[in-house]
Amino acid sequence: MSQKKMKIRAWMDDGRANVKAIIFHPMETGLRKDKASGKMIPAHYITEVVCTHNGKSVLTCLWGPRVSKNPFISFRFRNAKAGDKLEISWVDNLGNSDKSEASIS
Amino acid sequence: MNHQRRTLLKSTVATGTIAIAISAGLLTPQAVLAAWPKAAFNAKSVGDALNTLMGAKDAVASKDIQVDAPDIAENGAVVSISIKTSIANAEQISILVKENSLPLAASYVLSPDTEGYITGRIKMAKTSDIIAVVKAGNKLYMAKKSVKVTLGGCGG
Repeated sequence: MSQKKMKIRAWMDDGRANVKAIIFHPMETGLRKDKASGKMIPAHYITEVVCTHNGKSVLTCLWGPRVSKNPFISFRFRNAKAGDKLEISWVDNLGNSDKSEASIS
Repeated sequence: MNHQRRTLLKSTVATGTIAIAISAGLLTPQAVLAAWPKAAFNAKSVGDALNTLMGAKDAVASKDIQVDAPDIAENGAVVSISIKTSIANAEQISILVKENSLPLAASYVLSPDTEGYITGRIKMAKTSDIIAVVKAGNKLYMAKKSVKVTLGGCGG
């Protein structure tokens, strides 16, 4: 149904890891009407995103429907080095989930 | 104008109830989702949302939090927001939009290694204050920034 895609960029800068990621997801609020059929489009949004660095959680995002479509996140963390593994996984309100990996450059 | 606002309010409440009904039936088997603070996301005021999510109603205004957002957002569906804090041991950063009918937009739980810096994009229904709340050592700190919205982005 939804595109299961994600883009992650992670790199070292000034001794810390920088992460930028975009998750492609419709993030429907449930308040929008389908213009053709006049029916409400049901809510469909990511509720939780977990970012782990070498298996250890560095950031947990709790999201509601008020996060924009194709959500973008950016954050920084310490105690990382080039080549480390970064994994981002998400779950949405309909029970779909996806994860993606990147190595820090 | 006023009439429209009433309808919007009604539909918000209605969809909220449906969402609760759906999630009660569909989502409970998911262990991960059990941690998702549904009550906080459905809270109708900033105080209630904070109380449910972070355990306190009031936050102290702090100069150590920087909210970076556009002064005027042309499209309320995508408002880019960056929050930076120098408060030591920040555990959680939440973003709330005061004038949205349900204020809590997103909350980020940080690890001890994560720096107090978060960027994201949120939806805003109309011109409002954006409130950033940082939790550190069981205390809440906050900072505000007003963003003017020309076109609302929460629904139809």
